[in-house]
This record gives sequence, C-alpha cells and structure tokens, in this order.
Amino acid sequence: MNAEVKMMRTAAETQYSDALSALPAPEPIRALREKALRLFAEKGLPHRRVEEWKYTDLRVLLREMAPLAGKPDARAIAEANKNDVLSDIGAREITFVNGAFAAELSKLKGLEQGLRISTLADALKSDPTLPQLLAGLNPSKYDAVFALNTAALNEGVVIDIAPGAQIAKPIHIRHIVTGTSPVSVFGRAVVKVGKKAQATIVQSHAGPDAVAYQTNTILQLSVADDAELDIVRVQAEGDKAIHLSMTIAAAGAKSRFRSFALTTGAAVSRHTVPFAFAGKDIRALISGATLLRGKQHTDMTLEVDHAQPGGESRELFKTVLDDESRGVFQGLIVVRPDAQKTDGRMMSAALLLGESAEMDNKPELEIFADDVQCAHGATTGALDDDLLFYLRARGIPKKEAESLLIQSFFGEAIETIENQKIRDAVMSRASAWLAARAVK
Amino acid sequence: MPAVQETVDRVKSIGVDQYKYGFETKIEVEKAPKGLDESTVRFISAKKNEPEWMLEWRLEAFRRWKTMQEPLWARVRFNPIDYQDLYYFAAPKNAPGPKSLEEVDPQILETYKKLGISLHEQEILAGVSEENRAYSKVAVDAVFDSVSVVTTFKEELKKAGVLFMSISEAIREHPDLVRKYLGSVVPITDNFFATLNSAVFSDGSFVYVPKGVRCPMELSTYFRINEKQTGQFERTLIIADEGAYVSYLEGCTAPSRDENQLHAAVVELVALDNAEIKYSTVQNWYPGDAKGKGGVYNFVTKRGDCRGNGSKISWTQVETGSAITWKYPSCILRGDNSQGEFYSIAISNGHQQVDSGTKMIHLGKNTSSRIISKGIAAGVSQNTYRGQVSAHRKASNARNFTNCDSLLIGDKCGAHTTPYIEAKNSSAVFEHEATTSKISDEMLFYCRQRGLSAEEAVALVVNGFVKDVLQHLPMEFAVEAQKLIAISLEGSVG
Repeated sequence: MNAEVKMMRTAAETQYSDALSALPAPEPIRALREKALRLFAEKGLPHRRVEEWKYTDLRVLLREMAPLAGKPDARAIAEANKNDVLSDIGAREITFVNGAFAAELSKLKGLEQGLRISTLADALKSDPTLPQLLAGLNPSKYDAVFALNTAALNEGVVIDIAPGAQIAKPIHIRHIVTGTSPVSVFGRAVVKVGKKAQATIVQSHAGPDAVAYQTNTILQLSVADDAELDIVRVQAEGDKAIHLSMTIAAAGAKSRFRSFALTTGAAVSRHTVPFAFAGKDIRALISGATLLRGKQHTDMTLEVDHAQPGGESRELFKTVLDDESRGVFQGLIVVRPDAQKTDGRMMSAALLLGESAEMDNKPELEIFADDVQCAHGATTGALDDDLLFYLRARGIPKKEAESLLIQSFFGEAIETIENQKIRDAVMSRASAWLAARAVK
Repeated sequence: MPAVQETVDRVKSIGVDQYKYGFETKIEVEKAPKGLDESTVRFISAKKNEPEWMLEWRLEAFRRWKTMQEPLWARVRFNPIDYQDLYYFAAPKNAPGPKSLEEVDPQILETYKKLGISLHEQEILAGVSEENRAYSKVAVDAVFDSVSVVTTFKEELKKAGVLFMSISEAIREHPDLVRKYLGSVVPITDNFFATLNSAVFSDGSFVYVPKGVRCPMELSTYFRINEKQTGQFERTLIIADEGAYVSYLEGCTAPSRDENQLHAAVVELVALDNAEIKYSTVQNWYPGDAKGKGGVYNFVTKRGDCRGNGSKISWTQVETGSAITWKYPSCILRGDNSQGEFYSIAISNGHQQVDSGTKMIHLGKNTSSRIISKGIAAGVSQNTYRGQVSAHRKASNARNFTNCDSLLIGDKCGAHTTPYIEAKNSSAVFEHEATTSKISDEMLFYCRQRGLSAEEAVALVVNGFVKDVLQHLPMEFAVEAQKLIAISLEGSVG
C-alpha cells in the first residue's frame, strides 16, 4: 500500500525549515530559495515509502539537523590546510572550508585562457541566466536534497570553460569540514563546458572522524555540444558524517562524458546522479567504487535519461562491503520514444566480506523505443573460495590473498579514470583502505 | 511490410478481431445484489452453507478491506473501479452439483466444448471405456462463473488419497485442513485485492496430496468469467504433504464485453518436507478491443510457501490476455534446501498493460531460486517485469539466478524492468541479468532470405526467444501456449 499518509513533521524537518528560512536571501535567488523552502515544508524528508529512497530512509537516518556552520576562523583554515586528499595530482584547487570559500587555500592565479572561475555571489552579479540553471533540470521532480541545498543557497563556485578551450590541468573542488562539534554544511558548484571544450574536474569531500557533521553538496554540469568532460569524485568524509550529494548533468550532442566516484567515507551517504542525454550521439561512462566497513551505509542512485537518439551509456559500479556495512545501488536507464539506436549497459557488482553486510540492488530499465540495445546486470556474492585456495596454495597468506582478490574486483572500475595521475592517486587511496583492513 | 493474403485469412479464421472465446452463454444465474457491504459477505457465506468460523473469517477480511486503499505502485493505468457497481456472486441456478456429466446442463457442456476442454470429457460423455481413451488423464475441476459445477476423476484421485474438490466443498468436508492452511500463505491482511478476495471469494479449487503420494495425474481447472459485471474471486489452496508431488494446470478464457471486469484471485500453495508443487498457468482473458476498450482487470495474488525442508515450488506462466495484469507469483523459501522457480512469458499487444514478476524470499539455509522471464511488447502496450529476490540474515548459501529479457515489436510500446535484489547474508550468491532489444534485422533478413514471410520470421524468432520457458510447461499446455503466442502477436508486424 502506498497510501498518501500525512506524516508528522520530524524534529529535523522543523529545524531545517526554521534554520534555512532565517538565512538572509540575496535578491537574484530569493524566489528560488523561497520556493525550495515551501516545497520542503510541504514534502519533507524522504522515507522508505518514497520509491527513490526505499533503502535510505532519511526520516530515520537524519534525526536532527546539526547547527549551520559559521565562517571558518584561522584555526579552521589551518586545520583544513592539512587536508591531503588527492593533493598530489597537480590540480588547480578551489577550497571550501565548512561551506565557505577559502581564498587562501585556493589556487586561482594564472588561469588558462578560456577558463573563468568565480564565486557564486560574483557570478550571480554578472550572469542573469544563472538562477535558472541553479533551479535545477527537472523542476517537476522533487528531491529533498536538492530542495534543501537550494533553500540554503549561499556559497558556491561557478566554473566557466569557453568554447574550444582545452584545459589540461585538472580543477579540484575541495569540500573540507573542520572542528569538533557537529555542523551543517551546504555547497553548490556549477561547471559549464562550452562547445568543443575539454576539461577534468575533481571533487573531494573530507572531514574529521568522530564528529556527526552533515554535508549537502551539489555539482551541476552543463556540457555543450562536442565537448568532453571528465569527473572524478572522492568522498572521504569522517566516519560519523552524514553526506548527501548530487551530480546533475546535462550533455549536448556528440559530447563525451566520463565520471568516476570513489566512496569510502561517512556513516550515511547518498549520492544521486541524474544524467540527461539532451543531444544526439552522446557517449557517457559512469563508474564508481564503494568501499565500506563498520556500519556504514552508502546509497548510489543513477538516473540515466536517454532523450535523444544514438546515445551510448556504460555504467560500472563495484561495491565492497565489510563488517555490517550496507550498500545500495539504484540504477535506472530510461530510453524515451525518440531515443532510437540507444545502447545502454549497466553493471553493479557487490562483494560481501562481512557476514552481516547487506547489499540492495535495484537496476531498472524503462524503455519506450524499440530499436535499442539495453542491458543491466547485478551480482552479489562473497569471495570465491576456489580463487582463495589457489592463491593460498601458492604460499600467499590469507589476508594478502583476500586483498589481491578485492583489489582486482574494484580495480576494474578505477581503471576507467582517464588521467593517469588521478587514477594512481585514487588507486592508492583504495589500497590504503585495503591495507587498513588487512591489519585488523 | 504488407501482410500476405494467406496470413490475413488465417488471422481472420482464428478470429483475432473478434476474440475467439468472446461468446456469452445464457444460463439462468442467481446473483447477489449489486454492491458490497457486510450483507453481501453474509449472503455469499449463507449461499454456500459455510460454517460460522468461515463467515467470521470473511467478515474480518471485509472490515480490514474497508480500511485499505488500492495499490498504485504498479506501472498500469486504469479508470477507478467502482466496487459498489459490481456483482460479487453469481451461481448457475440449475447446477446443484451433479453426480455425473450427463446431469450437467448441456449449455454448459457446450461452453466447455468451445473452450476446448473437450478431449477427455467428450470421451467420457461418449462412453469411451477407460482403456480406450486416447488422451492422458487430466482431472478437471471446472469453475463456471463462481461455483464448481462438475468435478471429474474424483474417484480415481480418491484411490490415491488425493483430495481435489471445490474450496466450498472442502470447507464443509475438510474444515480442519482448510482452517489450518487457508490464509497461512496469503494472510487476509496481505494486500488490497487479496483482502477483498478473502471477504468475497466465490469458489475455487482445493487440493490436498497426502504424505508420500505422487498425484497420478495432472490436475486442471478451467476458469471462465461469464455473466455481465461479475467480479470473479477465485480462491485456490494446494497442499502437498511430506514427500508428495502434484502438478496443477490453470487456463483461462472470458467472454467479450464492453465493461472492464475485475478478477482478483488468490492462490496459496503449501509444500511440506520434500514435497513438490508445479503450478502452470495459461492466461488468455479478453484483452479489450483494438481501441483498448473493455478487457479483464487481472489483479492476482499467487504465493507459494516452501514450508518444509527440501521442498520445491515451481511457477510457470504464459500471460497473453487481460487488459491489465498485476500478478507476482512468489515463493517463500522457508525450509532448508528448498527451491523456488519462476518461468514466465508475458505478451502484451494492442493496449494491454502487464506488470508482472515474482518474489523469491530466501529464509532457510541452502535455498535456491531461478527466475526466467520473457516479456514481449507489441502495439501500444506496456510490459513491466517487477521482481524481488531477497536473502534473510539467516539464509546462508542462498542462491539465485535471474534472467529477464524483453523484446520490443514496434516503436509505440514499452518494456520495463524493475528488480529489487536484496542480500542480507554474505554467503548469498545472486546473479541478475536483463536485456531489452528488438528482433535484430540480421535475424529477420536471414529468415526472409530463406523464403519465410515477415510474420513467419517474427514468429520463429519469438518462439526461439521464449523457448526456455515453454519447455517447462506440461505437454498439454505447451501446444496451446505456442498457438496462443502466435495469435497474440498477429498483426504486430507490418
């Protein structure tokens, strides 16, 4: 039964409404924020009766809203400076500390030709079309994460890559949380890639362990015709954090899009990727590796929407679950009536290491066109005893043999990263996770 | 592609445009008044001379039903059903339960003949002696509208100790068995349609196969919805005791009419230690006319409980009819080493909407399940596979393999796949694969190059596509099913 039951507002819902409505709302985005607040007040946090949130009940997982983070002081900046997540990939860095833009930790000097980076506030002054983009891509669909993020819209960055510009140096957007008391942090990043332009964007999330802070960040990508964009995302939040995020992408005709996400952090995390094939003949590869332990809960939700003909999408997700962790993968491929000749393939594989680990897979196909090739696969299982035996028979200790097998399992996804420096950095982070497991 | 005249003629002779089984038999019918309230439930119960506990059971379900709302999650669209505008009970008046077929109203027999039940009954009617009968023995518990009017082969089954009768008869004659098992797989609180069924179920079949008995023949029921605006609420209960085996066949047809008909059946299967139940369905109800008007609403709850260790339940279904199908035959794998299987062919053409699939709930140790689902969408139909595979924390070594393929014929239809795969145990091994595609041009070209017409080529490819499922049907059904698939897809090419 999915009867519409009017639910009581939870403490967190009231706290969100109160805290976010008290924020000052600058003019160009005031209407946007008020609308988002209204929507949130009406629909609230999603729960298990909401199909898209079936396995991640925010009403239960998010009992209370942590207070909004204040401006970071010198100590917070110094602490954030120690962050070294993907610090060795030679990227141009844009840093947010507790949600606020930290100029002193950002490298914005000597921008390449065709690259413009501005804070959200500055961009709003010069670009009258920005509020419309910030309003999202599919206004008919309500998503609580998006509504809250929009209602709190304040800090953020807008990256503009001019048509034809080839930006070789990766651009790294860093979201760092500091301190010892729980805070709520919001952030928005917008990347616009012009026609035939090319760029690599890296996004990382990190924060202290043992602090129940809450982050909500959205990355909006608008990729023009014939452009090429690589996205690498590393979510390494602290072990008590609640991390909600979205990567919203719209791609133009003949564009190329590659995205990879490494997820190892947060107590509870949910990453939603609505990806719209808005033009013809787009090629997209969306992949990810998720490594969880303890009681971590991670939800990866993809909505790949083929609206135009000739698109090709590949999705590859690997989930490793140790201890009592829980992984969720929801992947939807939609092929609309006009999207003939679409070729979509989605694969989600999970490795259950912990006896009480849980994996919930929901790969969906929604096909309205006939001349298509679409497939999805989903597997769940433990390490293969035969393979383990083979390795051990050759004198490799048990833990090491396991590590080898696990590494080869998630390695397949990491290998899809194009940039070698980034690939190596991601692989070494994943290996560090394995090493920590081996000494347990 | 222009259809060959020969094909057109053949299609006409089969009568696609005027549904083959779309006739109506005029027999005096005794009806409950239109609408549904407690008195309707009492009326039905009284009509069937039910004991007090059964009435109480129905009333409890009815009270529960009043508090429930229709489920809306399935990918089907239809106008709201006015539950007060339906008749909930219709019984053929002059059929109080004849002792032999000769006593049966000839018009009813004529109906069966048109339905094609004839083979065995015709022989019996013609007085062919048992040893001269050409066909294998199939026992038929024929449901005519709501009351079982005739049950054949009863004696022979009795010799084996198998109880095969209408559920109303079982309620009277074997109340202990019915009380023990009825509602134990699909509780009265289960879902909107199952609860409605529990309150007003008219009749259905009851099978009990005692310990260690292998049922000597395939059991079969032919359903038939007759009489305008009669909701059909079948209730089937099959129990296989320790080490028993039974194969049950169900086939359906319904007369053509304008108003949508509601069908909300409940089927419960219970398999005890080392028992096996095989349940096969060919569903061919009226799908509505070419414009999508009319047709049966088929909202069915089917569930099997592998209660005993080493038990096995296997569902096979060929779904070609109904305007709307909402059906998820499931297996609860409760016993250790139990097995569940689901083989399905779902074909939708015209304006049909199918939302069907299965649930495999792994609870016991070393349980395994297998799902093979083939969906074919043509015309402007929507065909959805919706399934769930889950392993409970204690279900160590659970094993599942799922394969769901969809085939699209035409660019106006839709094929969808929504599986839920939930593993709560690390030793569970689940594999799921799904594909959606159209019949490849290469295949068609290859066939046509060898002289097959476009329609023949499509039929050949489709038959190959569904072969994995067809071979799991009992012989009696396989032939009928193949014919049905061909009829269902006629007119979809061109």
